[in-house]
Amino acid sequence: MTAIVALDGVTFAYGDTVAVSDVSLTVEEGDFLGLVGPNGSGKTTLLHLMLGLHEPDEGSVELFGRPIDEFDDGGRIGYVSQKATSRGGAMPVTVRECVTMGRFARAGRGRLSAADRAAVADAIETVGIEGLADRLVSELSGGQKQRAYIARALASDADLLALDEPTVGVDAESRDAFYALLDDLNDEGITVILIEHDIGVVTERANRIACINTELYHHGDTESFVESDALAAAYGTDGQVVHHHH
Amino acid sequence: MSGESAADDRARARSVRGLRRTAELVGIGLTGVVAAGMLGFLLLYWARDLPVASDLYVAFRSLGRGMDAAFGTNVFRHPIMWQSMAVGVLVGVVAPLVGSFLVHREMALIGETLAHTAFAGVAVGILVTSSTGWNGSLLLVALAVGIAGALAVQWLTERTDAYGDVPIAIMLSGSFAVGTLIISYGDGLTGVNIQGYLFGNLAVVTPEGARLMGALALIVVAGVALTYKQLLFITFDEQAARVARLNVTGYNTLLVVLTAVVVVGAMQVLGVILVAAMLVVPVAAASQVARSFRETVYLSVIVGQLSVIGGFAVSIGLGLPSGGSIVVTAIAVYLASVVGSGFSVRAISTHG
Repeated sequence: MTAIVALDGVTFAYGDTVAVSDVSLTVEEGDFLGLVGPNGSGKTTLLHLMLGLHEPDEGSVELFGRPIDEFDDGGRIGYVSQKATSRGGAMPVTVRECVTMGRFARAGRGRLSAADRAAVADAIETVGIEGLADRLVSELSGGQKQRAYIARALASDADLLALDEPTVGVDAESRDAFYALLDDLNDEGITVILIEHDIGVVTERANRIACINTELYHHGDTESFVESDALAAAYGTDGQVVHHHH
Repeated sequence: MSGESAADDRARARSVRGLRRTAELVGIGLTGVVAAGMLGFLLLYWARDLPVASDLYVAFRSLGRGMDAAFGTNVFRHPIMWQSMAVGVLVGVVAPLVGSFLVHREMALIGETLAHTAFAGVAVGILVTSSTGWNGSLLLVALAVGIAGALAVQWLTERTDAYGDVPIAIMLSGSFAVGTLIISYGDGLTGVNIQGYLFGNLAVVTPEGARLMGALALIVVAGVALTYKQLLFITFDEQAARVARLNVTGYNTLLVVLTAVVVVGAMQVLGVILVAAMLVVPVAAASQVARSFRETVYLSVIVGQLSVIGGFAVSIGLGLPSGGSIVVTAIAVYLASVVGSGFSVRAISTHG
């Protein structure tokens, strides 16, 4: 197994406020890692550290086996930020234009090739939004937006999908369909890192869980997480996993 | 039955898309022809003493007189008017082109700030000219100061982590204040029409200024064409662009430098106070009706061009300042686009 992401003793603070403290973990190829923790526990910061959006104050980060500051193959990562999914901005960008952005890291300054366009069309088809390709992203529902962003990640032939609370504001039916799509992509070998506030959803989908509240309370397979008291410890309550049945 | 009607709907949507695309291409094609014609005039005017060019220039002057006779005007026979129109037309192309990214990046205040920095540049230019006797172009000094200002703005935004923040506002008024102090200090030393730079004036445009605008327009169009994809990605989703390992800081710097370049060029006909309007208003009008980002860019440029040509007509016809005439025309087009899109105003923030 190859480590897609490897964190070693990573600490990060915003000024005097420590957001992530001494976290070490690895994400292996093909993993579906659920990143859970209470609000403000440092989940998004940890994901940003993994992707190189923040530089750790202490410790080291490796992406695809390379030190984070030397990693330059951005096309291998498909990232859907919290801001992107909740963005209600008026920028008139079509679904096709949005998905095409997935090819930009690979295309450089040159024109997009026929292969690039084919990859975009394939990605749109894979997530099932062919009929929406010429619609504006700002006009889509939450669930449709998710699919557009996932298609953008697929268009780049990403090996790693990193998703930060992708189903906020999405109805239950669309959310189930979205997670079924993530399952399929994971089955095809794409590594997934998912931040999700609904722990029930995460434990149903993910095969690995990292539970943090500034410090890492658990990192391991989902079964051991469900049986452990990491959840209660991280949340500071007697919390337990509730499974949904839609 | 429902399958058939869905197929009909799709066919109808395709046909509407095809029509829009054709209209877009015709509009942008005409705009390109007008802009290329104006660049051609600038070249011809520059080279009018050379053998072949002199014949062409004579023919062009006759054409101008013919146009005046046909329209009953006293405009087209004067090279200075063509010079001003050339600058206006090129501004109508490049300002909305850069503005399309700037507005949707919520960086419009940066345009305003750079205009005021460029004003300080003009003031520095006046001081240098009057105290040293140097006979260089004021606009070149303004360009240098404008680009330095752009880099300073980028440096500030990187450190304050927000566009349109307090330091930017301080820089906006600060550079204007410095400009007024310098001008006041050097008062009476030169005969430069400072009001022209404030409110825009066709007479401010010099042959050097017009040629500089021609060169700057080519640089801006080439710069945007070469980096369109990256600028689009960063404008739409900066974090994802960073994860994709795009040099976000580099492209942001390029965008503010291109903005400074546009602002300095546009200052001649629009004036410092109104120059930011051409970065914003055509884009706002286009965003009301556009169905894609590419369409936004095309429509912005077309609206920019219509505003400049309409504004010139008002300015020349009624003897009013060109800057105000162009901006009021652009706002009229914006209001028409709001009415045309059923009064549903798309909210675009002009600062972060």
